[in-house]
Amino acid sequence: MTAARAEVVAGGPGRFRSARRRASAGLFRRGWLRATLLLSAPAAWFVLIYLAALAILFVSAFWRVDAFTGEVVHQWNLDNFKTIAESPAYRTIALRTIGIAAAVTLTDALLAIPFAYFAARLAPRRLQTVLFVIVLVPLWTSYLVRVYAWRLILAHDGILNWTLHKLGFGGVDIAYSNWAMWVVFSYLWLPFMILPVWVAFERVPDSFLEASADLGARGWTTFRRVLLPLVLPGVVAGSIFTFSLTLGDFITPTLVGGAGSDFIGNVVYSSVGIANNVPFAAAFATIPLLVMGAYLLVARKVGAFEAL
Amino acid sequence: MARVALRVWVALIVLFLLFPILLIALYAFNESNVQSWPLPGLSTKWFASTFHNEAMRQALWLSVRAALIATTIAIVLGSMAAFAVHRFRFFGRETVSFLLVLPLALPGIITGMALNSFFAWGTVDFSLTTIVIGHATFCIVTVYNNALARLRRTQTSLVEASMDLGADGWQTFRHVTLPMVATALVAGGLLAFALSFDEVIVTTFTAGAQNTLPLWIFGNIRLGQQLPQVNVVVLMVIVVTIVPVTLAQRLTRDTGVLRTGTGRGRADASTHAAVAAEPAP
Repeated sequence: MTAARAEVVAGGPGRFRSARRRASAGLFRRGWLRATLLLSAPAAWFVLIYLAALAILFVSAFWRVDAFTGEVVHQWNLDNFKTIAESPAYRTIALRTIGIAAAVTLTDALLAIPFAYFAARLAPRRLQTVLFVIVLVPLWTSYLVRVYAWRLILAHDGILNWTLHKLGFGGVDIAYSNWAMWVVFSYLWLPFMILPVWVAFERVPDSFLEASADLGARGWTTFRRVLLPLVLPGVVAGSIFTFSLTLGDFITPTLVGGAGSDFIGNVVYSSVGIANNVPFAAAFATIPLLVMGAYLLVARKVGAFEAL
Repeated sequence: MARVALRVWVALIVLFLLFPILLIALYAFNESNVQSWPLPGLSTKWFASTFHNEAMRQALWLSVRAALIATTIAIVLGSMAAFAVHRFRFFGRETVSFLLVLPLALPGIITGMALNSFFAWGTVDFSLTTIVIGHATFCIVTVYNNALARLRRTQTSLVEASMDLGADGWQTFRHVTLPMVATALVAGGLLAFALSFDEVIVTTFTAGAQNTLPLWIFGNIRLGQQLPQVNVVVLMVIVVTIVPVTLAQRLTRDTGVLRTGTGRGRADASTHAAVAAEPAP
């Protein structure tokens, strides 16, 4: 407080400074005022743009498009949902999307657990850093670039078939199929699974493993009965990413899936971009929204949010 | 035996993670305009023609502008939210955190669709502005996460000491708080730039007829057009996104006196930043 008095004594600029000081002291005492000032701009952005947009998306699912004019008619109805529920084609697409998302999640968990175990508990410090960077590099390489790379790898005259021929196996023809999507999605989201599992393995205290060994458990028993249950929240945390990212995708199905492997996202994309039927697209987009909502509820029960 | 199997497994995963990226970098030097393996020869002839491609240059310029503006908005709004959430306990504080993460937690297609119908409802024409709105919405959270993580690791005693020594709120902010979070803000901004520069799903719904660089790449791959030039651009995109991310990692790695935890804090923080910063394409 002496500084303030010195300024007042000095006069001149001090008077200005003390006014500013009073203002800042007032702000400091009224925390709610400062919080409001700080929050107003970001809150306005999210409420006026993002939440408003989500609300309109949700509402427009209950609107319809006039068949003749192509204009959106603001008339409440359930036609879009009826169309989706009654069409076998749409049901197949929804099931394919959810099925591949589940398969990708399972695959990534199986690939990631041994890797993360080694990286977190066995690798020396330097190797740990190297592995960490290796996991981050694909994460930060453009998504499109990675999908394109796989398109070239899996192509009929790509490096996969070339290698198989050199090794004396026949070629495989998995380009533009569900198998290709499974491989590519598993590749794309693997780092998202590895990182939370890695952290989960790191968090297990050494004393737990010593206790397990003291009680007579061998390596494998300790891994299965002590480590695995403790890292499960990490696996579920990773699965939120692998599952959600697969559910919402339409680029990978377009580029490596080929004909007859549409995802929910493809239908949504073509409904907006080509058919100009936003209400139907919005109705179809509620499926991944509901599935993800249910998934997040389960994940929270398992404690995955703390592992994020 | 089990140890050997584990090591082999790890080696295979490392190969799986890196091989496609190394391979695609090589394709930029493919002499032929047919993208098959083995490459018939190596050449740099496609680089010149790519840089003279007018459509590519326009797309690149649009991407750079969108990323710069979105990043600026994200730094301002993201840091404001982080300061408010860190400093104050208020009603709905958890809601704010949840709301900010929503654009990343929800599939990108939902965000894209929502903004698309929002613009359609408001009869807003697609422009640079609509692209920026889409990008900024999910970029804010990367700055917010980075700033908040840093604020949580700084000691409030430093701020109290500054106040005790007679600094007012603004001086404390300017000379104590800001220097402590500056590198985190820059890191968050760099990540936001990389995210925006690379984004494709939300952009397809907010760009209309405009082409950002990822949209240009996507269109050409889908139609199988101009693939030699796509290969060159792809190599360029790898470099352009890796550089800011590497810088961001360096900026957040060493936080000097501000670090309260040891060892574990680093892995946690960088993992968190990496995971939270990635888009939901």
